[in-house]
Parts: sequence; structure tokens; C-alpha cells
Amino acid sequence: MEFLLNLTIYFPLAGVLAFLFFRNDNAVKWISLIVTTITFLLSLPLFFGFDIAGSSVPQYVTEGLAIFPAMDVKYLVGLDGLSLLLFMLTTLFGPIVVLASWNSINKSLIGYYSMLLILQTASLGVFAALDLVVFYVFFELSLIPMYFLIGIWGGSDRIRATVKFFIYTLVGSLIMLVALLYLGFHAGAATEAYTFTSDWRFISGPEYTIGLVEQTWMFLAFALAFCIKVPLFPFHTWLPYAHTEAPTAGSVVLAAIMLKLGTYGLVRICMPIFPNAFAEFAPFMAVLAVIGIVYGALVAMVQKDMKRLVAYSSVSHLGFVVLGIFAFNTIAVQGAIIQMVNHGLSTGALFLLVGMIYDRRHTREIADYGGIAKVMPVMATLFLISSLASIGLPGLNGFIGEFLILNGSFSSELYSNKTFAVIATTGVILAAVYMLWLYQRLMLGPITKEENNSLTDLNKREIGLLVPLIIFMVWIGIRPVDYTKYSEEWVENFITVSEEKGLMVLQNTEFESLPDWTAALYKQPSQSWIVDGYSPADKQNP
Amino acid sequence: MNYLQDILTFLPGIIVAVTGLIVILLSAFKKSADTAYYTVLTGTAIASVVALQALFGETGISFSGMIAYGGVSAFGAFVVLLGTLFSLLIGKGYFKNADLHSADVYGMIMFGTVGMLGLTASNDLITLFISLETMSICLYVMAGLFKNEKFGAEAALKYFLLGAFSTGFLLYGIALIYGATGQMNLPEIAAVAEPTPLFLAGTALLLIGIFFKIAAVPFHMWTPDVYEGTPTPLTAYMATASKSATFVAFIFVVSRMLPLVDLEIWTNAIQVIAVITMIAGNLIALAQDNVKRMLAYSSIAHAGYLLVGIAAGSVAGYSGVLYYLFAYTIMNVGAFGVVAYYERNHGHDFTRIESYAGLGFKMPAMGVALSVFLFSLAGIPPMIGFFGKYYVFAAAVQAGLIPLVIVGVLASAASVYYYLRVMVYLYFKEAHKEYTLFTPGALFKITIVLLAILTVYYGVEPILPFNGLMELITSYYSGV
Repeated sequence: MEFLLNLTIYFPLAGVLAFLFFRNDNAVKWISLIVTTITFLLSLPLFFGFDIAGSSVPQYVTEGLAIFPAMDVKYLVGLDGLSLLLFMLTTLFGPIVVLASWNSINKSLIGYYSMLLILQTASLGVFAALDLVVFYVFFELSLIPMYFLIGIWGGSDRIRATVKFFIYTLVGSLIMLVALLYLGFHAGAATEAYTFTSDWRFISGPEYTIGLVEQTWMFLAFALAFCIKVPLFPFHTWLPYAHTEAPTAGSVVLAAIMLKLGTYGLVRICMPIFPNAFAEFAPFMAVLAVIGIVYGALVAMVQKDMKRLVAYSSVSHLGFVVLGIFAFNTIAVQGAIIQMVNHGLSTGALFLLVGMIYDRRHTREIADYGGIAKVMPVMATLFLISSLASIGLPGLNGFIGEFLILNGSFSSELYSNKTFAVIATTGVILAAVYMLWLYQRLMLGPITKEENNSLTDLNKREIGLLVPLIIFMVWIGIRPVDYTKYSEEWVENFITVSEEKGLMVLQNTEFESLPDWTAALYKQPSQSWIVDGYSPADKQNP
Repeated sequence: MNYLQDILTFLPGIIVAVTGLIVILLSAFKKSADTAYYTVLTGTAIASVVALQALFGETGISFSGMIAYGGVSAFGAFVVLLGTLFSLLIGKGYFKNADLHSADVYGMIMFGTVGMLGLTASNDLITLFISLETMSICLYVMAGLFKNEKFGAEAALKYFLLGAFSTGFLLYGIALIYGATGQMNLPEIAAVAEPTPLFLAGTALLLIGIFFKIAAVPFHMWTPDVYEGTPTPLTAYMATASKSATFVAFIFVVSRMLPLVDLEIWTNAIQVIAVITMIAGNLIALAQDNVKRMLAYSSIAHAGYLLVGIAAGSVAGYSGVLYYLFAYTIMNVGAFGVVAYYERNHGHDFTRIESYAGLGFKMPAMGVALSVFLFSLAGIPPMIGFFGKYYVFAAAVQAGLIPLVIVGVLASAASVYYYLRVMVYLYFKEAHKEYTLFTPGALFKITIVLLAILTVYYGVEPILPFNGLMELITSYYSGV
């Protein structure tokens, strides 16, 4: 099975090699389709063979040798409860994005499909990586194909969009690199066997703790990188450009998979490794998340371009995910994890649908449409289902994630304040406003534009690639436990570990010896530490 | 004393020197330039193989302590020869085109390489100085090879005047150090040196001479004009081989001559130089419209990253610098190679970035290779350039130089913009005018593809289950 995991990650690259020998346009498309389909099939045994009860321990682990004896940097991949669903989501989207590009890409096909396949490997690698350096390598690798996808096959303002996207994300991740190096040496000192280690299993484990000052700086550096990637307000400005200018497949991968790298990193790295900083900054992050939810929704409402509208709705939805992560209880974090998948499914589907309309009319202006449900009934139906899933209608997947997140944030000890959940709830209402209004303007009413009379409905290929997404939207909506069960043990375990680590750090800290700002920040620890029996007063008067 | 044994320790240098002499003789006998080219190529290849073997050989000193061999010296020699070999491989067509395909040019390259190999072996200030001069004089000639063009004359004159000036500093520094310690041999200087004003002044002048050669800001003024005015394959040679050799000598100076004497003051000075070099190199590179000039400023910036490793002042730092030199040689020769190829199609003005519009689709292999090299120069994984930066910055973090590393990563974030800009033109912009590109020769194509493969291979090698290069480099320091 270890071999199978590696094969799944790298199999897409086999397609790139095959392009060296088959350069015919049709062959390139079919190779991509076959390769991504096989990748998906290869990943299925990983899903079904997963040990749900032990989801907090990475499974199918491959471990390489350390770079050199003193440095514990090594090839280390495996799947656990947190990464499994996102890994599967990535393999599922492989064939879908290839099919979605089937007729809409006519320029340098080899380059295009190579980029898609490399992107697939990079995203799978990020989710499977358990060594932070390997994680970083895949994290950055994913930028290169996306840069070209937007830059070559994108819309009219593509150059500005892609450069902005690249530099914005890169600045964040370079700062993360500095923190990563520091963390590696710090953790290496704790192992006593190495001078440097980036093994996530050790760093996130219960034995290793970090002092408050270092924790704060490293948390901020990592969180900055991930918040840019998410993107969290106010780092979201690259997103609308990148989404709008990207080709359909690019937008889909960006929304469904690449934005998840940010939220995934927050859960994978920030939560278990920097528990005190995570807890202290939680309300602050929640403020940003809530602003993102409301602001994203309000801006989405006034968009004239439908792709931009969906892009801003992403800002809003990912605000929910961040809110859930920092609420730091099992319900909310579980909600955040399933919401990452949900957002991938519903926003992915919306981008696909928008792309299909665009392929027919070559305009993204909402005003150019109206009443097309009459000529495209299948499209209208699928669009409605995806919109409703995105809004969070009970019975569809979006509801599950948002409900869990709001429920968890409402009772969150870290927020100790119900306002966040209350304001965030308005985001759900606003979502209904902008999505349904979009649906109404596109689909309902009389056909106002002459050109729209001749639109053809979805063909079999287009329906076929949307159906799996719709099935999962309904399935998760009706029986969420089939999916949430994979991460449950993981979340419970790491919340406990992280609380214990945080408490241990607070108990071992000499507040007198800290710099003033750190002491001030941590002297009034969050509610949860007090609940767990820690009292700052004891600390100050021994 | 066994002289033959001593000569064998400097075998790559001897081979290259003999090759140079043979080539000069060949021209006297009016053999064709092709013969000269292939002789040089063969000589360099043999020397590279010898140097490759020396990587795993024993270490020691010879020639009464003038020469160090094995270990770091062997690695430096190998990198220099690699740079020379690849510069020659990418250069043939270009030289032919520019009427520079002659035994004299090739002989000059060989003698320059002897100087560089001497630098990587220097265990004594005299060896260091003579090698540096041997190298520099050949480089001055190369800078002026376009002798009928304004930019060629400008490059040569500028390089020569500033270079001679800096040599003065270097020599004066050596004299002062000798005056202070009575020694020329690096370890012996370290053994007796006291931080007297005389010694400090001498070291400062010596370092200024070295900073000039590695083009650290504010001693970099010559670089852009020289790089632009030199025939492109030779620019690659200058930027990689000569820089690698000088950096290896720099490592010897700081690790063998200075370690016992008040290291702090030098690390601080090197840090300051590193910061301004990284910032200035990258910022000015942002404003360049000529790809060759852009690469020149970027090479200044890379010298800044390398200085970060030296400032770390640890085994990890020096190993990181050596790895970086290897990385830089591979990716930079590759980048210059493709630039030379484009230039060869349409002349010297074709190095302007606007002329690259849409070229990426014309000869896909060349465009892809150039993108790989540029991503690598920008330090994006999984390319070799990332691990070069990674090791250097990791060493600096370990040494506690976090502010320096933060400047470094921000500077390299800025650098991404100008590297990406080339790709924006290659792929994203439509060509204003239809340019045609000829199909490059098989040798050239294989070299570029090989370099691209090495760039990617060494970008993943560190995390592969088996690994070697960095382990090899660190092992050089384990015995010492």
C-alpha cells in the first residue's frame, strides 16, 4: 500500500512522459484522461483500506533516509484522517478537469495537459507530505503549473493576474520558509539525535513543545503564508483576478484544491505545533474570518461578472472554514474539514458550469444572459443544485459544514463570545441572496438577448463530468457521517494533544523572564486553559 | 620530497595548462579551429574526470604547503571544470557565428581555467594572488573579444581598469598581513595572527579585493557592462567558473586564515555586505530590459545569497556555499546558453526582453529549458536552486542570523518578478513580428537538455531515499 500511495502521487507524471512520444492533439487528450482516471482508481484502495479507528496515525507511510546524518530531512509521505478526504478530492477532480477542458482549449495542448498533470502530482504531494520540507517543496511546486495555466490559457488580463498570484503567494511562503528553518533547528535540538528535524510526526507530537516567544513568531509566519493561500481577508486581493482570468480548469483546481492548501496547513501545522499562539490569536483570526465572510458575500452580490461573483463567494466560504478551525473544538474543526471538501465540490461545480456557459457565449457578463433555463433545462437544473449546495440548503453538503462550524463556534471556548457565530450566520443569508439572484438573472425570466435562443444544452460529456460532483453533494448532505468519520479520531486526538502541550508550555513558563509584549499577550490565557485547571494567578504568586 | 607526487595532486590544473599550450601550438601549425575546439573539449573533459575522482580521494597539502588538494579544493576544482566544460559546449555555434572560433580564444579559456583551479587549491596568499591574476588577465581579454564594437571595448576597459585597481588592494592587503605576521601560508597566519591594526587593515584590504572579484555591492560597478559586452558563452564562464573559484578561495581565507582571530568583526562586515548586495542586486535587476544585463545583476544578487552562507561561518554554511556554487553553475550556464542561442539567431540586440515575445512556442525545448533554469535561479522547488538557497539560509538560521535570512528571502521574492518577466514574454505575450528560430545543433541541444535535467534532478535528490551530494560536501569537514 505504501507503494500504491507513491504510485498515485507520481502517476500523473507518466502522462507527461507519454507526451514525448504522442504529440497528436487527440492522443494528448486521451492520455490525460486515461492517466487521471487511473490515478483516481489507484487512490480508491487507499480510501477503502483506511483504518478509521486509527486515523490520527499516518498510514501507508513511506520513509526515506535523512539528507545527511545530522539533518533529519527526508522523503516522508502518508495519509491520515486530515488528509485522506482532500487527497481523494484531488484525485476525483483529475479526470473532471481534463474533461472540462476537452473542447475549450485549442492552444498548445501538450503544454496545457502537462501543466494539469504536474499540478495534480504537486497537490497530491502536499496532502500526503509528512515532512515539512517535503510539504514546502510540493506547496511551491504547485505554483509553477498554475502560473502557466493562467498566464498562457487565461483571459485578456491574464499576465497581471498570474504575476500577482505568483508573487503574492510566494512572499508568504518564503516567510514561512524562514520559520520552517527555525522550527527545524528548534525541534532538532529537542530530539538530541539531530541538529535539524522536519518530521511532522515528531513536531506535532506531545513530547515536543516550544516556548511562547518563538511560538508567537513562528505561528505568525506560518499563518501569514496560509492566510494568503486561503485567502483570508485582507490577503484576498489576488484571488478575484486569478479566478477570473484563469481558464475553467484552472479556476476549478484553484478553488477546489489549491485554496485548501491554506486551510489544510492551518490545521496540519498551526494547530498542533503552536497551541498557545493558536489559542491567543484565535479571536483575532475569527475577526478576520467573519469580516471575510460578510465582506466576501457583499462584494459577490454586486459583481457583474459571474466568474468574479463565484470567486468572491469563495472568500466568503473559506472564511467559514477558518472560523471553524480557530474555534478549536471537535465539532467546529470537523465542520471545517468537511467544509473544505464541500467547498471543493460545490464551487468546483459552479466554476465548471460557468465555464460551460462561457464556452457557448464567450461572455461572462451576467447582463448578457437571462431566461436561458428555457433553452438549457439540464444546465439550469444542475446549476440550481450546485447553487443550493453552495448556499447551504439542508439536505445538501454545504449545510453540514456550515452547521457544524457555526455550532462549534457558538460554543467555542476560545472565542468565548457568541458574536462571531451570530455575524457569520448572516453570511449564510447573504449567500442565498447573491446565489439565488445570480440564478434568477441567468436562468429565469424571458430570453432578452437574441443570441441566447440558439444555445445548446449540455452534452453527455458535460453532464457526465458534473454528475459525480452532484452525487457527492447529495451523499454528504444526507449521510455526512460516511465522510466525517474519517477525520473524527484525528481531530479529537490532536485537539487533546494540542491542549496538553499548551498547558505544559504555560506551566513551564517563567513569565518574569519573558519580554513584556509576550507576557502581556499570554498572561490572560484563553478560557480553555482555565477550564483545564490552569490558573495564571497560581503562576504569578508561587 | 617527491615532486611527481606533488604534481599529481594538481593534476587537473596540469592537464588544462598542457591543453592550453597544445592549442596555442596548434594555431602555430595552422590547424583548423575545429581541431582546437575539440582538443580543448577533450582536455577539459579529461580534467573533469580526474577532478571527479579526486572528490573521493584523500586530502592534504603539497608544494611545501602552497597547494591544498582533495576535499573542498577538489570540489571547487570540479565545479570550475564543470562550468568551463558546459560553457565550451554551449559556445561553439556562438563563437563560429561571432568569428571567435579560433585557437587563441580557446587557449585563453584554458589558461583562465588554470588560474581558477589554482584559486580552488590555494593554501597560501601567494598562490591565491598568482592564480587570481592568471584568471583575471584572461578574463580581461575575453571581455574585449568584441573588439570592433563599442560595448566590447567598454567592457574590456572598464573591467581592466577596475580590476587592476582592486588587485592593488588585494596585493597591498597581502603585504600588510605579511608585515603583521611574517607568514604567507593561511593556516600559519591563523596560528600566529593577533588582531593588531596592521593585520586588521591587511585583512580588510584583502577582503575588498575578493569582494570586487565576486561582484559584491558596492564593488560591483563593472559587472553589468562586462557581462553585457562579453560574448555570451564567456559571460556564462565568467559568472560561474570564476565566481566559484573566487568563492572557494574566499572560504579558505575565512575558514583557514581568520577563524582564530576575532571572527565577529568579519562576520559583521560580511553580513552588511551580504544585505546590501542582495537588496541592490535584486532591485536594480528589476529595472533591466536586457536579459543579459538582468542576469548580470541577478548574479550580483546570488553573490549576496552566497555571502549569507559565509557569514554563517560554520561548516553548514561553507557546505551550503559549495552546494550553491554547484547549483549556480548548472542553472546559470544553462540560462546563458539559451540566451546565447536566441542571440545567435538575430544578433546582439536580440537580448532585449521585448524580442523574446512568443519565442517559447517556437522551439519548445529551449523555452522549457530556459523556464526551468529561471525557476531554479528564482529558488523555486523542486529545482536545484531551491536547495542551494535552502542550505545557505538554514546554516544562517542555525547561526542565529535570522534578520539576514529574512532580508534574503524577501530579496529572493523580489527576484522572482524579473525571472517571471522573461517567461511572461516567452509564453504570455504575442510576438509583434514573426521571428524564426533555426534548429540548434545536436551537441548544443543535448547540453541544454542535460543541464535542465540536472537542474531538476538535483532539485529532488535531497529528498530522495538515497542521497549523496550534500553528504559528500559535509564529509569534507568532518575530519578537520
